[in-house]
Amino acid sequence: MSASVFSPPHLPPPFVNTVPPPTLISQGAEALLYRTHFLQSTHPCALKYRPSKPYRHPTLDARLTKHRILSEARTMVRMRKEGLKVPGVLGVDCEPAHGDNARKGGGGWMMMEWVEGQTAKDLLVAVKETRKSCGREEVLREQVRNLMHRIGTILCKMHEIGVIHGDLTTSNLMIRHGAQQPHGITDGHAEGHGRANNTSGIETEPILREALVNGEVVLIDFGLATSSIQDEDKAVDLYVLERAFGSTHPEAEDEFNEVLKAYGESSRGARVVLKRLEDVRLRGRKKSMIG
Amino acid sequence: MALIQTLSLAHLPPSLAVHVALYQEVTNASFLQQQLLLGNSDFEYAFIDASVILSPNHLLAAVFRAVNDSDNGRLKSRNVHSEIVFALSPNNNIATSFRTFGILPTTRSLLVVKISTNPSITASSISQHLSATIEGTAIEFSKDNISKFTDIKKVKKIYKIGNKTDVQERKNRGSEKGTVVGELDDKKEMEVVILGMMALRGQT
Repeated sequence: MSASVFSPPHLPPPFVNTVPPPTLISQGAEALLYRTHFLQSTHPCALKYRPSKPYRHPTLDARLTKHRILSEARTMVRMRKEGLKVPGVLGVDCEPAHGDNARKGGGGWMMMEWVEGQTAKDLLVAVKETRKSCGREEVLREQVRNLMHRIGTILCKMHEIGVIHGDLTTSNLMIRHGAQQPHGITDGHAEGHGRANNTSGIETEPILREALVNGEVVLIDFGLATSSIQDEDKAVDLYVLERAFGSTHPEAEDEFNEVLKAYGESSRGARVVLKRLEDVRLRGRKKSMIG
Repeated sequence: MALIQTLSLAHLPPSLAVHVALYQEVTNASFLQQQLLLGNSDFEYAFIDASVILSPNHLLAAVFRAVNDSDNGRLKSRNVHSEIVFALSPNNNIATSFRTFGILPTTRSLLVVKISTNPSITASSISQHLSATIEGTAIEFSKDNISKFTDIKKVKKIYKIGNKTDVQERKNRGSEKGTVVGELDDKKEMEVVILGMMALRGQT
């Protein structure tokens, strides 16, 4: 067999009509993520398409796809209702088609609000690059801690309503751009305003600061989310993030502690979870050793 | 003269035009409702009480879902127009959804939606029929006009939202409550939650 260039599967209806066609922005094992628009072309949205898997029995395939799309969408709607920042669900289609469209491909899709911004991962990588060249390392560290604090708070809120994310990584945390205000006004209160002029050579620095200090933390990708109020599950959720953070951003491991600190301060039950996290660290994320 | 607006929703085939009209001070709502109940095929419209519609986006999301379901052979009600009314509902009872979102004898402000299911249906043919049958004043289908009729309290009750989030929001916002910006934010937030509930309706 010759190696062929990967081509993403065709999108199902109604997206065959979409002008301009959705652009693929990311792909995982289960789903493809596109950028497209909602009902008007001026309203950007994200489209998560789960194609059917040809190697699965069609009945099982339809059931799994449907179940996964729905559980993800339900979690997101529930969180949004509770006032947590996640992309809103705009539309869902996970039923097999009948009639003319019946054979045009299985799978299902979900449309979500578009989050304008960058992932925490990209942001932290950019910080790392800048940190080397600008002379203000301690200021940047402080700003990263500020961001970590907000992440910890939102994670605690999420756990409080009984949602376990299941796949916490810095790629699944978006930092939404703050309102497009001129930098000088928004960070008038931030220290180091005068010093910023001295480091005029580094242009990325003010943009980074804007995201670090004012960016809104939005949780994404609830494909593996479950519902639980057990301390064990919450602790494992945090442990997964801790490990992911440590391997992706080893240079910022100290700042990560700020996540846990903020988490612990955010609710009464959170301290118990942090205690539990210490146990989890010693044994790994699987409690039962079966399977 | 009826003021018909013809829209084409993204992703749907351009041949499937969506025609929308908005009326205020409608006086013959019970006659119109009667035609629907009798199944008069000349009255194949989605007649929606404008007081339960939050924004154009709210209505159009329902249209989108109904047309998509119709396209995929998944209609749960009689036709795509009744499906639009049903698509607005947060739960699965068709009769209740008609009573909540559809036209009632007491309806004063009315939204009319018609899908061009075949080429003979055009904006002008609809316009003629509507101006002959609806006794009311046609006004432009715009965001501002829609929000003029919205009964926010009623909408919150129907979708069972507001209480918890609202109280929290108010607390968080503290001093700036009641400002225009705060109000807008609130409505946008409501719209997002409502669209989510509509999207999940009937998916088991």
